[in-house]
Parts: sequence; C-alpha cells; structure tokens
Amino acid sequence: MRYSLLAVILIGAATLGGCTEGVLDPKGPIALAERQILLNALGIMLAIVIPVILAILAVAFWFRASNWRASYLPDFEYSGRLELLVWSVPAMTVLLVGGVAWVGAHDLDPRKPISSSVKPVTVQVVSLDWKWLFIYPEQGIASVNHLTVPVGTPISFELTSSTVMNSFFVPQLGGQIYTMSGMVTRLHLQADHPGTYPGLSAMFSGDGFADMRFAVDAVPNDGFAQWVTHTQNTGPVLDAKAYADLVKSSKAVAPFTYRAVAPDLFGGIVNAELATDDSSLCIRSTSSQRAEQ
Amino acid sequence: MNLLGKLDWSAIPLHEPIIMGATAFMVLVVLAVLGFITMKGAWLYLWREWLTSVDHKRIGVMYCVLALVMLLRGFSDAIMMRAQQAVAAGGAQGYLPPEHFDQIFSAHGTIMIFFMAMPFVVGLMNFAVPLQLGVRDVAFPTLNSVSFWLTASGALLINVSLAVGEFSKAGWWGYPPLSELQFSPGVGVDYYLWSLQISGLGTLLAGINFVTTILKMRAPGMSYMRMPVFCWTALATNLLIVAAFPVLTAVLAMLLLDRYLGFHFFTNDAGGNQMLYANLFWVWGHPEVYILVLPAFGIFSEVVPTFSGKPLFGYRSMVAATMAICILSFLVWLHHFFTMGASANVNGFFGVMSMIIALPTGAKVFNWLFTMYGGRVRFSVPVLWSIGFMITFVIGGMTGVLQAVPPADFQLHNSVFLIAHFHNVIIGGVVFGVMAGYNYWFPKAFGFALDERWGRAAFWCWFVGFYLAFMPLYLLGLMGMTRRMQHYDDLSWQPWLLLAMVGTVVILAGILCQVVQLVVSIRNRDRLRVTGDPWNGRTLEWATASPPPAWNFAVQPRVAGRDALWSSKQRALATKDEPPERVYEPIEMPKNSATGFVTAFFAVVIGFAMIWHIWWMAGLGVFGAFVTLLAFAFRRRSETEVPAEQIARLDRAYQAGAAV
Repeated sequence: MRYSLLAVILIGAATLGGCTEGVLDPKGPIALAERQILLNALGIMLAIVIPVILAILAVAFWFRASNWRASYLPDFEYSGRLELLVWSVPAMTVLLVGGVAWVGAHDLDPRKPISSSVKPVTVQVVSLDWKWLFIYPEQGIASVNHLTVPVGTPISFELTSSTVMNSFFVPQLGGQIYTMSGMVTRLHLQADHPGTYPGLSAMFSGDGFADMRFAVDAVPNDGFAQWVTHTQNTGPVLDAKAYADLVKSSKAVAPFTYRAVAPDLFGGIVNAELATDDSSLCIRSTSSQRAEQ
Repeated sequence: MNLLGKLDWSAIPLHEPIIMGATAFMVLVVLAVLGFITMKGAWLYLWREWLTSVDHKRIGVMYCVLALVMLLRGFSDAIMMRAQQAVAAGGAQGYLPPEHFDQIFSAHGTIMIFFMAMPFVVGLMNFAVPLQLGVRDVAFPTLNSVSFWLTASGALLINVSLAVGEFSKAGWWGYPPLSELQFSPGVGVDYYLWSLQISGLGTLLAGINFVTTILKMRAPGMSYMRMPVFCWTALATNLLIVAAFPVLTAVLAMLLLDRYLGFHFFTNDAGGNQMLYANLFWVWGHPEVYILVLPAFGIFSEVVPTFSGKPLFGYRSMVAATMAICILSFLVWLHHFFTMGASANVNGFFGVMSMIIALPTGAKVFNWLFTMYGGRVRFSVPVLWSIGFMITFVIGGMTGVLQAVPPADFQLHNSVFLIAHFHNVIIGGVVFGVMAGYNYWFPKAFGFALDERWGRAAFWCWFVGFYLAFMPLYLLGLMGMTRRMQHYDDLSWQPWLLLAMVGTVVILAGILCQVVQLVVSIRNRDRLRVTGDPWNGRTLEWATASPPPAWNFAVQPRVAGRDALWSSKQRALATKDEPPERVYEPIEMPKNSATGFVTAFFAVVIGFAMIWHIWWMAGLGVFGAFVTLLAFAFRRRSETEVPAEQIARLDRAYQAGAAV
C-alpha cells in the first residue's frame, strides 16, 4: 500500500520536474496543451483517489476483528444518504473530467489547423516497411527517416501508409495519428523551440518496427530555407522507379534525402491501394514482399 | 500433392535453441505428469471421475487447473519480454531476435486473456454459481463439459504452436493488414485464429448455459433480488458473453476468409477496410474487459461481507451498478483507437461514455468500503487480495479515465503507459479477484483449506511485485516509450526497465509461493480439514458439505431472504429450536459423458488440419465431431437415480460431523 503512494508521488515528481524527454517536456503548442489536459484530469481525479485509498486503509485497519474499541454494526447495510454520496462523488468527478474530455477533443482535434499568422508548411508522410518517407510538396523535395521543420511555423501533415498500419508520433510536439493505406489522415503540429526531438512509430508493424524511428530537427526559418536549398541540389530523384526501390522492406535505414519528387507521388501512393491494375505507376506497394523473404 | 499440406520437418524450429529448450521442458513436464498418473494407476479414475464428468464443480476445478497451468506459460513469456527489454538498450539487440520477440508478446496477450483469465473466471462461476443458487447442476451439464473441453482444445493448439510451426507475430488483437496473408504468410496467425475460434465457441456455449441456469433454475424462494451478488455479476458476464462473442467469431471468420479464400474484408487492396476489423474486434474487446472483471467484482462482494461479518452495503445499488456496466460496456469500444482519425464529436462522445462507466465502478468501491465500515474484518488471505484490489484498482481506474480524455490519449496511446494501465486493472482487478476466489472456495471444493502463511507470502509478493513491475512503465510511457519494442536507443529508459524486471522476479516469487502453498496444503490436508462452513459464510454454498456431494444439496434448500444461510443461522440462534427432521428423496443425476472430451479431440484435429492445410484430415475431423454429436443425440439413458438411502447416509454423517 505504501508502494502505491510512492508510485503516485513518483509520477507526480516526474510530471512536475519535467526533466524527461517525452510527453512531459513539450516543445510546441499542441504538446503543451495536451500535457495541460493530462495534468488537469489527473489533478481532478487524484483529489478523489487519494482520499479513497486512505479511507480504505483506515476503515480496514480500524474495523479489524481484534480491535474491540471499534463498534460492530452487523445490520448496517443501507443508508440513503450514504448511497447519495456513493453515487454523487464519482458522478461529479465524471462530470468534470467529461467536460475536459469533450472540450479537449474539439480544441485539439488532430485535423484542426493551428491558428497562426505564419503560412503553414505541408509535409506528406508515408510509412513504409520499416522507415518513414517525408515529402515536402511545396519545396519539391523528400527525406527518409529524418524530418526538418521550421520553428514557429504550423506544420500540416497528410499521412498515409504503403504497408500495414503505423502510427506517426513525435511525443514532444504532440499526439499521434495512425497511417493507413488507401486513406489519408491529418495532423497539425508546431515546434516552438529549436532542437532535435525523437519521432517514432507507435503502432507495431512487424519485425523492423523497433527501428522505425526518426529525428525531428526544428530549425529557425533561415536554417530551414538553407536546408531546402541544400537538399534541392543534392541526392537522387524520387521518381516511380526510385520509389519502387524504396518500398522494398529494409530495417534501420540511415537518413537520406531526395532532391526532387515526381509530381503528386503522394496521391499516387494513396490511390494505388485502391486501383488493382494500374501498372503505369510503379508504386503498387509491398504486396507479397514479406512473403518472398 | 502433399498429403500433409504445408506440414514438413522444417516446421519444427530445430535451429532455435530457446524455443527447442522450452519445447523440451514442456514435453518433459507432460511426460512426468503422464508417468505419475500411470504409476498411481489413476487412468481409469481420471477418465470416470474427471475427464468425462458433467458435474459443474469438477468442470469448474478443471477450468481453474487449466488457467493455473496457462498462467505459468503466459508468465514465462512475460519474464522473457522483461529480460529482453532490460538488456536490449543502446546498440544491444538482447537475446531475442525480433521474429521471436514478436511471437512472445503476441502469445503472452492471447494466452493471458483467453486461456488464463477467461478459464479462471468461468471456472469459478462454474463451481460457485449453482451452489449459490441452491440447485444441483447447471441447465445443460453435458454442454458444460463440451464448453470446457473446447477451451482446453484452444489452449492445446496454442501450445502446439511452440513446437510445430510458429505463433502469430501480429499482436494479441491481430490487426490487419499485418495479420493478412500478404504480411503474415506463415501459420502463426492461423494458429491464433483457429485456437480462438475453437475456444470462443466453448465460451459462447458456456455463456448460454449460465444465462439459462441463472434465469431458470434458482432454488425455491430465491427471487432475483435475493440472489448473491456473485450470481448477479455472473449473469451480467454471461449476457455479455452471449452478446459479444459472436462478434469476435464473426470478425475472426472474416479474417479467415481473407486468408484462406482470398476474400478482401480487411486487405489493403480490392476495397478491403482495415478500420472495420478494429471496430468489430473492440466491439467484442471492450465488453470482454467487463466479462473478466465483473465476476471479480462479484467475488469481492462475497468475500468482503463474509469476512466483515455483516451484509453487503447497498445490495440494490451493487446490482444496479453491475447491470449498468453490462450495458455501458457496449458503448465505449472506440476509445481503443481515438488516434484513427475519427471526428472530434465521435472521439468526444466515446471519451465521455468511457468515463460514465467509472460512475457505477466508483459506486462499487464505496459500497465495499462501507461494507467494511462497522464490521469485524478478519484479515484472511481472501481479504488481503480484496483490499489489495481496492487500492490497486482505483489507481488503474484513474489512469484509465485519463486515457479516456482523447487529447491525453493521443499522447499515451500504444505507449507502455497503456500497458501499465491495463495490467493495473487486469492484475489488480481480475487476477487479485480470482486469487481471492481461489483461496475462498478452495476449502469448499476439496474439504481442506489452503495454507494461510504461504497464501500471505504469495499475496505480498504479487502486490509488491506488481507495483515494482508496472509503476516504472507508467513513467516510461510518459517518457515516450511505445509498446512492443524489441530494442531501444534511449539509455535513460534502462534503469526503469531493470526495476520492472526486478518487479517481475518478485511476482515470480509470488507464483512460486502459490505452488508451495498448494503442495504444503495437500500434504497437511488432514490438519487443514474444514467443515461445510469454514468462514462463517452467508450464502448457500456453505450450507452443504465440503466437498459437496455430486447432488450438492441432500435436501432442496428453501430461501427466505437475502444471505440465505446467514439468515437461517440467525433464526436458529434466536429460536433455539431443533431443526425439523430432514426428508430425503431419490435424486436424478445426469450421467457422465465422454461427448465433451471426444468432441474436443475432433476440434483439435480440425484446427490442426486447417492450420496446416491438410484438407482430408479436416474433413475427417468434421465427420468425427458430427458422429459424436449423433451418438449423443441418440443416447438411451442420460440420467441415473441416486437412492434416498444413500443420500440420507451421507448427509447424516455430514450433519453429525458439523454438529461436533
């Protein structure tokens, strides 16, 4: 019983200290708001849960059979007032936390754009076996297992998968969203501080899952412009053939970039899963590749 | 054409020392058990008295034995995972390659849910519900035996997958497209699907059996509002089974059609939709959580009043809360995938509905608290588990409600925070509950109590071990660690994972204490002998001998109020009258039947044949099962009559013993 309290304190300390990477150390407005909601909900519930735990221990201890000072009420089995208390305490908690949930679900809807005077940057995300492809359609470049974003600018993500379900997750910038083949999910994040933040797949996707990680570099605006210019001048082109190579299963792929991307590759990837005999675009996904292995 | 389908010698993973070691160990244990039975010459006894028994008590005991055995198997998987994550930090890959690690976590989840928790709660319901209702057996005794043996068949198939072929690498929920042929071409997912289909059928039949029993077969005078709360929770659970398990069967059948006949329910291409699977799976999956935990709530509602020496506080609100949970559990499934991209209204609705379940659950916790209030609480082993449960469960409930807040869930979903949460409620709720029930009803089942000292040691190891093993996972989840990672880079996670490993070792000590408890208790059984009513009980199962005769009650009990035995004991004290002369009548008892065992044998044949594409063998299995059914349908006699003299002789002996 002591241990449970210890654990609660432990979590509390880590929460307040914010000394860890991850959910408790947000670097953008979405992650910040989500942490706030997490703490609010936790606070509301701890106000009930801690007294209840103490009451359980106290009642069990005081009414132990060997304690003859405790009164014995063998017929105490109903009390209207206590019943009211029994139902209203959890009801009020649920009312409060439920409000937090309903409002939060709308405020932090992943598909809701971040209101900002800065024009957002669009990034198209494709989960592959077992790596991440990031396409920058406005800049005409792409990168694998590495995401570079400008600080203070909303990033508008469009996400899909060319393989099984994955989940795109950068804990310090905000919550995750699934990637599913033939479908596009949306997510809006923003980094407010320069730095490098870990990103990963949160949905198990097979043998190479543990290495489906990427670094997110949040850089100042001019740094981002420099990176774009640099990328546009180096590396291979991501055309249908290069993509066909890329979709082959591989694990722990070192990051690299493409200087140009075939027009509307992302749309082609999404639609490829719907079409059955579209051989013009050589982007039929990893079908039967694992079977061949 | 290969007569053995896909099966050949390469199916046995001879090159994997860990798997072969585990297989060898398993085979040795099975041989040792078989050898022991042969040495004792107990085969005929076993066949007549247990394997073909249709007695609900014996079937209940067999369910619990199956659960305890599978607990050992599932726990071995758990400790291997913990050991892997304790060492595979930085550049290290640990000792388990991904293709093995992935099978282990899939097997751990599948086994613990379907073959440990489910058989344990079904077993305890089987044992206790007819006794508490004051009846002689369940509504369909032979069907009950079929249910048990089908569950055992599923468990057998899962264990066969260790030695022959492989198990699923797609997680215990088997989400497509990962579980589709395209991405999981091996037999692993087929083992998963067929073992769940076979055991799921058994569970559904058990559900039908218990709903019928509780609705139609109570002792005279036992109206609904006089039923013990455990029977209410059993009713709610079995209603949920009847409503939810067909959904699981349907969704797994669709995946089977995808894999065997090239359908496209959930595939990436040709119009399949993977989101459909997630929805259907959790339409079963969330009620399943309550299928497991409601009977545990029922056990606590029996244990706490008995050991507090007073009635359950707020019986009616307990019943209302149970039935409210039963209905609400069908309205929350989407909270398992808030991150799939549903609209804010949908996420908000399911978030709020999930929290509303906390309302009846919270009311229950307060009711147990007020049951202890004004009592004389005896801290026997079942009470320790109950108090440990109350404390642990409110923490698990809190972290659950936290994840019902969609924006918080976006951050916590699929992390080890989630792992910590559901182990918090499943270990803290279901496991603590069945352990309380196991210690509480063991003396009733066998006539001798379990050793108290080892029982306490087991509780404390489990309790402390649980907190050590899972509190670090809450923290790691907040630090950004996701579930199912075979290795990781972040070295700051490792100390916490080492601590979790230590906790798992402490839980192992708890399990060993339980094994020792059982052995010590069997050895000292003469010293631990109990009467029919060792705990000063309140409900009807304590009104008969321990162990009860096959017919449960020599004379049909008549129920005049709630807590039937307690009130009759109070009346006897108050009036000091001699109890009236007991009139014995002959009793019709169902005859033992091999139907369950034989059906299950053919179910294993069908399952194994389908997994390996041995079509002729599958056909043979179906034919065999059909013939078994015919043989049962055309049986000559299904009941025998126990003469009144025999009943009277045994009952008088019991009454004389109880009076001493």
